[in-house]
Amino acid sequence: MGQSILKTEKGRIQQALTRHQLLIEGAGCASCVGKIEDALKQVSGVEDATMNFAQRVVVVLGNVTDEQLINAIEMAGYRAQVMGSSTEKEALDEKSKADFKHYKQLIRNMTIALGLGIPLMVYGFWTGDMTVSSTSEQIAWLLVGLLTLGIMVFSGKHFYIGAWKSLLHHSATMDTLIALGTGAAWLYSMLVVLFPGSVPEMARHVYFEATTMIIGLINLGLALELRARGKTSEAIKRLIGLQPKTACVVSSEKEVDIPIEQVQLNDIIRVRPGEKIPVDGVVKEGHTTVDESMLTGEPMPVEKGEGDDVVGGTLNKSGSVLFSATRIGKDTALAHIINMVKRAQNSKPPIGRLADVISAYFVPTVMIIAVISALVWLNFGPDPIVAFALVSAMTVLIIACPCALGLATPMSVMVGVGKAAEAGVLIRNGEALQTASKITTMVLDKTGTITQGAPKVTDIVILSDTNEETVLQLAASLESGSEHPLALAIMDTANERTISLKKTDNFKAVIGHGVEANCADKQLLLGNEKLMRAKNVDIDGVEEEIRTLASEAKTPMYFAIDHKLSAIIAIADPIKSDAVNAIQRLQRNNIRVVMVTGDNQATANAVAKKVGINDFFAEVLPEEKAEKVAFLQQQGEIVGMTGDGINDAPALARAHVGFAIGTGTDVAIESADVTLMRGSLHGLADAIAISKATLNNIKQNLLGAFIYNIAGIPIAAGVLYPLWGMLLNPVIAGAAMAFSSVTVVTNANRLRFFKAQGN
Amino acid sequence: MLLVNVLGIGLIGLIIWWFWLYKPTKATMDNSKSIIIVDNGVYEPANIKLKENQPTILRFLRKDASPCAEMVLFPELDISEILPLNKTVEISLPALKVGEYSFHCQMQMYRGVLVVE
Repeated sequence: MGQSILKTEKGRIQQALTRHQLLIEGAGCASCVGKIEDALKQVSGVEDATMNFAQRVVVVLGNVTDEQLINAIEMAGYRAQVMGSSTEKEALDEKSKADFKHYKQLIRNMTIALGLGIPLMVYGFWTGDMTVSSTSEQIAWLLVGLLTLGIMVFSGKHFYIGAWKSLLHHSATMDTLIALGTGAAWLYSMLVVLFPGSVPEMARHVYFEATTMIIGLINLGLALELRARGKTSEAIKRLIGLQPKTACVVSSEKEVDIPIEQVQLNDIIRVRPGEKIPVDGVVKEGHTTVDESMLTGEPMPVEKGEGDDVVGGTLNKSGSVLFSATRIGKDTALAHIINMVKRAQNSKPPIGRLADVISAYFVPTVMIIAVISALVWLNFGPDPIVAFALVSAMTVLIIACPCALGLATPMSVMVGVGKAAEAGVLIRNGEALQTASKITTMVLDKTGTITQGAPKVTDIVILSDTNEETVLQLAASLESGSEHPLALAIMDTANERTISLKKTDNFKAVIGHGVEANCADKQLLLGNEKLMRAKNVDIDGVEEEIRTLASEAKTPMYFAIDHKLSAIIAIADPIKSDAVNAIQRLQRNNIRVVMVTGDNQATANAVAKKVGINDFFAEVLPEEKAEKVAFLQQQGEIVGMTGDGINDAPALARAHVGFAIGTGTDVAIESADVTLMRGSLHGLADAIAISKATLNNIKQNLLGAFIYNIAGIPIAAGVLYPLWGMLLNPVIAGAAMAFSSVTVVTNANRLRFFKAQGN
Repeated sequence: MLLVNVLGIGLIGLIIWWFWLYKPTKATMDNSKSIIIVDNGVYEPANIKLKENQPTILRFLRKDASPCAEMVLFPELDISEILPLNKTVEISLPALKVGEYSFHCQMQMYRGVLVVE
């Protein structure tokens, strides 16, 4: 095997062949990198070894075995393992290939088993004679019995080995039921063939067709289930598929395409129009628009220029940009999202717990029912009692399907959570999914949730012997120490008017009140009524002004110089364009919408009116938001709280379900129960609608699986026989069992067609 | 007939004892080397003894092509992992308190238990 090696100036390597990739454990500091690389380079046959410390991955080139490399690393005091696939995408491709191979195997098993089973069954129906009454019949059935044994070994080996191994481990699975059912049918049939005298004449019936048909049908069921299961993970496949394989890294001399896993922090990367952004970073040069819809569900491309963040996996549309890598490998937003979706897909909502408890006791219980059924037939049944007892026990074993019960919840959660991710809604786990479907009250934080969170100064009312420019200069200087959105609005306005700022001393922010500081020998206060009253500033006489501003949904702030009210600065935060529609969607679904804000009553009232909210809490300090949530919970409401995820953390945690809005590309997404990746409030209604649809799907699956087993097992045992003389054919039981789990997976797949109305 | 009934009831007793009442002996894992093999419907070993307050790494190797085997869940620890065919997968467990923690496939057919002592 030839090697094409290209060394870049950073010493990293690009090559096409004989590349080993190992995951290192125990490398706690950057100095380990040199030690590991040196240890590997000393192994004979190694051409080069490069370690990516951030990902704990070492890439080795050379004519060596993985074992030699692992030994060398262990000798150096670390541990290593071979990474099966360099990317999740490759791992997925490998899984698809393995699944397809298994699918073909199952279809082959089915074809061979049904190849004997169908003719036998047709013969049985046609002649009605599956009995042993002469020597020639004995010989013929012996041959069929041996052929059946061949099919059991070839097409059903897995069931028998699995059943035997489980038995040794004191556990019982689906395999146990299939092996017992088909095994009992074959053994009884062979007893009839070899020693016909040992069973009464009426019971000399053979069941080889049942054994072969059941093995064939269950293989078919497994094949169909495998197909359907593949579709349930489409959403995660799509997310993983977003990750490009290479990145174009720029150095002083040239631009080199390198595999994505070799990108290091602070690498300068070029992205041309039409290419995907490989990792997270900050734009250093150039201007472009980026389509982030695949991550946020936001259809409009976003403008990006110098200093703006870009997110790996999104699509660069119009310009060529250079950006510096700030998060790579498992730290990128996309990797976090994939990880979170995967974890959520595998978690179970509480509704599935009963099924879990039942699954754990299911198989031995069915075995006991089969024995009881056989005993009842033997004691009270009509002749041929042995045949009836055998058929009923066999049918009970075959019809019982723990799979349908066990698959009901995980399959729906898998599809539902994936579907939500496609709509830009990340659901943390099954519990959040279930609770979100029951929300009766949704609390919305005003700033950044209902409004855009980018307030602007709209009015400056001068109340003393000063002018607008001085007020703005002093206010902006005062606010320069604050990161509050209102402070940013004042600074932006000063900046727009090219007003220079002054130095301030003794800056102090009083949460929920305002700020104070000294500037140019003046004591400045900027804040709400509470701050003014606390500092004994006289604010009488401006009530009319305040009322007018507040009624226009503006937030008035008092500005005092040396304890004298000098101006009122009004700030307004534009309401999001789709807020009204989204709130109406929630209300149409009988969800009470409540707004919570730090603004005064009048402003809160004006905003609430504009967006159609009847209930609101105004003048709420950040730490009081959680109390308001608790208050609503005490009234018996199931409360969802929506906020920006950082300031509102206690309230988000207090609520039954916390929705963090617009932080999808932030690594902080794991703090909320539900994260809305785009800023639109439609995400809330979408999240609730998807949760409801998923829960309904789970209920349908569980109900179907329960009814199937609760009705199927007694019918198989023969409870209908005394009434109508009806006893289930074991082949029909096999078909029902094989298709019951396919039905569950197919029903879960229906969720894939769910459409979020907000898009 | 009496004999058949006695045999039948005995069989029921045997099922109850074998699957529910019998407590298997616990295998101790050497964390650095041992691998839990997923094959033919079982985890082997299925009972794993761990020391308390020590983070552990478990290695799984799935040889069973059945889709049932493709995922292992540790519900109490909120951990789940996809097990690719014929590839060793490492699962890092946090330091655990004394107790029993189950692990199983999505449908609880493949089952094992971590016994922290």
